Amino acid sequence: MNMPDPSNTRSPSPSHAHIIGWGADLDPAMRPAYPKERTPPRLPHPVEPPEQQHSHAEVLHSTERPGITPIFGSTLPPSGLSGRLRRLAFRHSENDLRHWLMLLLADRVQMGEGLIEDISRGHVPNIYAEMGGRAELRHNPMGAARKVAIGVAALALVAMALKGRGRTRRRLRG
Amino acid sequence: MLAMNYRGPYRIRAVHKPEPEIEHPGDAIVRVTRSCICGSDLHLYHGLVPDTRIGSTFGHEFTGVVEEVGSAVQHLKPGDHVLVPFNIFCGSCYFCQKELYGNCHSTNPEATAVGGIFGYSHTAGGYDGGQAEYVRVPMADVGPTVIPADMDLDDAVLLTDALPTGYQAAEMGGIREGDTVVIFGAGPIGIFAAKSAWLLGAGRVIVVDHVEYRLEFVRSYAQCEVIDFKQVGDMAIHIKKMTDGLGADVCIDCVGCEAAGNFAQTLLGVKLKLQGGAATVLHWCINSVRKGGTVSIVGVYGPTFNAVPIGNAVNKGLTLRMNQASVKRHLPRLIEHIQAGRLEPRRVISHRIDLRDVADAYHIFSSKLDNCIKTVLVPPGMVRETTTAAASL
Ligand SMILES: [Zn+2]
Ligand SMILES: [Zn+2]
Repeated sequence: MNMPDPSNTRSPSPSHAHIIGWGADLDPAMRPAYPKERTPPRLPHPVEPPEQQHSHAEVLHSTERPGITPIFGSTLPPSGLSGRLRRLAFRHSENDLRHWLMLLLADRVQMGEGLIEDISRGHVPNIYAEMGGRAELRHNPMGAARKVAIGVAALALVAMALKGRGRTRRRLRG
Repeated sequence: MLAMNYRGPYRIRAVHKPEPEIEHPGDAIVRVTRSCICGSDLHLYHGLVPDTRIGSTFGHEFTGVVEEVGSAVQHLKPGDHVLVPFNIFCGSCYFCQKELYGNCHSTNPEATAVGGIFGYSHTAGGYDGGQAEYVRVPMADVGPTVIPADMDLDDAVLLTDALPTGYQAAEMGGIREGDTVVIFGAGPIGIFAAKSAWLLGAGRVIVVDHVEYRLEFVRSYAQCEVIDFKQVGDMAIHIKKMTDGLGADVCIDCVGCEAAGNFAQTLLGVKLKLQGGAATVLHWCINSVRKGGTVSIVGVYGPTFNAVPIGNAVNKGLTLRMNQASVKRHLPRLIEHIQAGRLEPRRVISHRIDLRDVADAYHIFSSKLDNCIKTVLVPPGMVRETTTAAASL
């Protein structure tokens, strides 16, 4: 271990004199995490193990523990197709790559579900604002212009391609 | 209440949602007075953390006034102005008894490798975070710390994560008097790691980044030498040239899984997501530190696999230390440092943005626009609120 000698509390060398606080924690006794695992902890008062939190929300738990923890977050229980994927993911341990890949897939699926939910509630999301478009325009106008130009060019290409396809099809039919 | 709301990678908005309620006798409801956007929030924002559900509210760095407490809460009362460590921890499990609060085993059912964290996906327990007007704070007698009356709220909010994480990063480096310390990343954590390295008696502190304004800031605020990695051919050779051919005594990774600087790593890990982000900075740390040196890691890495040069670490006899910061353990000493004027964390705050404009705030920070170092989000009602804890009651 790289343990400093506790007697090593010196005033700063001239080369460090301009650095406020230099060496203030050179003495390990002044360091809050020394040694790294401190027993007993220095909490301001004794703490009892927490009682079990109750919730009606569905909480998924790692296969590496017997059940849910005494305390947990109850926000956003799994739902829809993404929820089904998440439940499947939690059949695999944290040690299994499939667990994490299925969760990432569920995240992408839920992004689509979020769009559908927005629109079904009559809310068309302002994706420009959600991606910070206003800030981009204000602080990076060149970048914003470039993005708009790329977007317009891409749309034009798609339009041309569609038009071209329509023409070929007509020609084939005719 | 108003809250930040995640809609998918790079998409967020401010929405109205129901206020949180007491769900456990140990809970408190806290009215947020400040919250920050953290570099690690960007991994969520970019969609890299598994089980980040649509509708989540991020924010693990916040201060606020206690509005309501559960029946089991004895030491915290309504009206207390608190800073809330980002770790949600029980104070009594096997790990908490060793002061490893960042590793609590009682607050995250979804994963065993990480404890509960406010607003940090279901992989970190499924809690809503503090980028909102109100937040549920579990284990209210254990985590929150009442802010000293004379402390600036901007200093206080930086004690919830950024400063303790930077401090712990330096401390895990086992710095000895006169050591040469190289810190990768000039964000707030890297900046505070650099300040802390001086407190611990480093002889030389060098900070590596590629964003000019961040390097400029760290040079003036933390009196460090800096390296722009875009101007450097090979990082390991460059560091060795600076250190008599041996390498640095301590290397600290304050970047994590979204590092720039290596095309293959970025392509495989960040763009194609074939590994858990880019391990570029880990390579630089392991290969730039001297034999027998120490590598300290606080940058966030995903739970999946990374290509890490572990063989070099073995052959060089390195000590690798890493963890999420156990914030509560550091608070008493760091509060002393602030009160003694040895640390002035609030100077890293470059932006103060209304919570209603949270989408713009994330974009500015993520794209490093407008010389952004650290952003504080202020709920609409709090905008005119005075800056110290005592004055805001
Ligand atoms: Zn943070
Ligand atoms: Zn615990």
